[in-house]
Amino acid sequence: MSWDVLADNAGLFWHGFQTTLLLALASWAVAASLSIVVAPLRVAPLAALRAAATAYVEFTRNVPPIVIVFFAYFALPNLGVELSPFAAVVAGVGFYGGAMFAEIIRSGISAIPRGQYESATAQGMSFVQAMRLVILPQALRLVVPPLGTETINIIKNTSLGAAVSMGEILGTANLVGSRTFAYVVVFVGAGVLYLALTLPTAAAFNALERRLARR
Amino acid sequence: MGQPEMHGAGIGAAGPVAIEFRDVHKRYGDLHVLKGIDLRVAAGEVVVVVGPSGSGKSTLIRCINRIEAIDAGDITVLGVPVAARGTDIRALRRRIGMVFQQFNLYPHKTALENVMLAPVKVAGVPRGEAEQRARELLRRVGIGEKHGAYPAALSGGQQQRVAIARALAMRPEIILFDEPTSALDPEMIREVLDVMRGLAHTGITMVVVSHEMGFAREVADRIVFVDDGMIVEERPPLEFFDDARHERTKAFLSKIL
Repeated sequence: MSWDVLADNAGLFWHGFQTTLLLALASWAVAASLSIVVAPLRVAPLAALRAAATAYVEFTRNVPPIVIVFFAYFALPNLGVELSPFAAVVAGVGFYGGAMFAEIIRSGISAIPRGQYESATAQGMSFVQAMRLVILPQALRLVVPPLGTETINIIKNTSLGAAVSMGEILGTANLVGSRTFAYVVVFVGAGVLYLALTLPTAAAFNALERRLARR
Repeated sequence: MGQPEMHGAGIGAAGPVAIEFRDVHKRYGDLHVLKGIDLRVAAGEVVVVVGPSGSGKSTLIRCINRIEAIDAGDITVLGVPVAARGTDIRALRRRIGMVFQQFNLYPHKTALENVMLAPVKVAGVPRGEAEQRARELLRRVGIGEKHGAYPAALSGGQQQRVAIARALAMRPEIILFDEPTSALDPEMIREVLDVMRGLAHTGITMVVVSHEMGFAREVADRIVFVDDGMIVEERPPLEFFDDARHERTKAFLSKIL
């Protein structure tokens, strides 16, 4: 068992690490954008909007994310939409993460006393203004810890890239392993690279939580 | 601004009508909360609504700015039919301030930001102008030095005074007080009532749901007694307290006085 395999393929692993980081950032951005719109819709005054948001959340988060990635990559072309592997993973992981984020944020919104919404709308704010200016800033603070957990899940879910032959961390490890048969080494190396992304992310969310608690 | 001729105008007050209820009904499922409310409030008048808990008085005041929707009847506020489909309720709400029992200040914003938020975001007042006015309002309610504090750092009485400043920031023509002192410790009730007293008869129409009979007697032009979803009596305070006509009013007064 030679650990030199990692050093010999450092360039490949570095590229894989960067690809995972980019996948995670892009997926997180998709998830965050979707959820910040979908979560308030779950409590919107219009029943049709609530139903649409609920349908998205419940269908998406109760399906394995790999099904969504495969759908985006293998099925969408049949419907006339060609996605690159990168885009397919971002769509799948982002869509799935968006549903998870939305459910977390909705639980935060539910925890805000009804009087906050009443005083905002009594001042003439619209539903959107009340959400943006009054409810969400408070709700997001409450759910920083679960948002951190789900952010880490997004980072881990980018490993689905390996299933559509991407050269992110897991795909790179698999590739190097198949060339060198040093499977133990390459997968331990892959695990360490994921930790290098997830542990600082966890620490950052903990720090954010502590900072908000002091206010 | 002052309209001294309105003072003590009482029932059927002259001048324009600010708020009018016509046979208003409200139900929560099987519970019939408002059972045919008819009420007129003149512009500039101070009306205090009293009654036992669960009588529907809070629901009544919350219908004025459509925080609660009504099931039947009409409410006209500042000439606008509140319940009508085409009504721009947000435009109307800008003209109606509201103060809540639980203060409902925005906990993530300072006292000053609480007062400035709606003028800037809803009315489009330039920040500098809104801030100047907010500081002035906070001084007026005696919070001037605490404008940078978050609500959690303020006492209940201070929070409620900030809430009054916030309600005034939109320069409303009507201000609604929904049990503004019921969540306060006894020693803080007076500071809030003092601010409300200073506001009365300055031209703004005030509707106050309260258990503070001393305040009602002293400040109200008219007292409206609500019981079991109906207006039992509405009379000027002296008559109300000293010469109650209905048995239900007498029973209520004997319990609280």
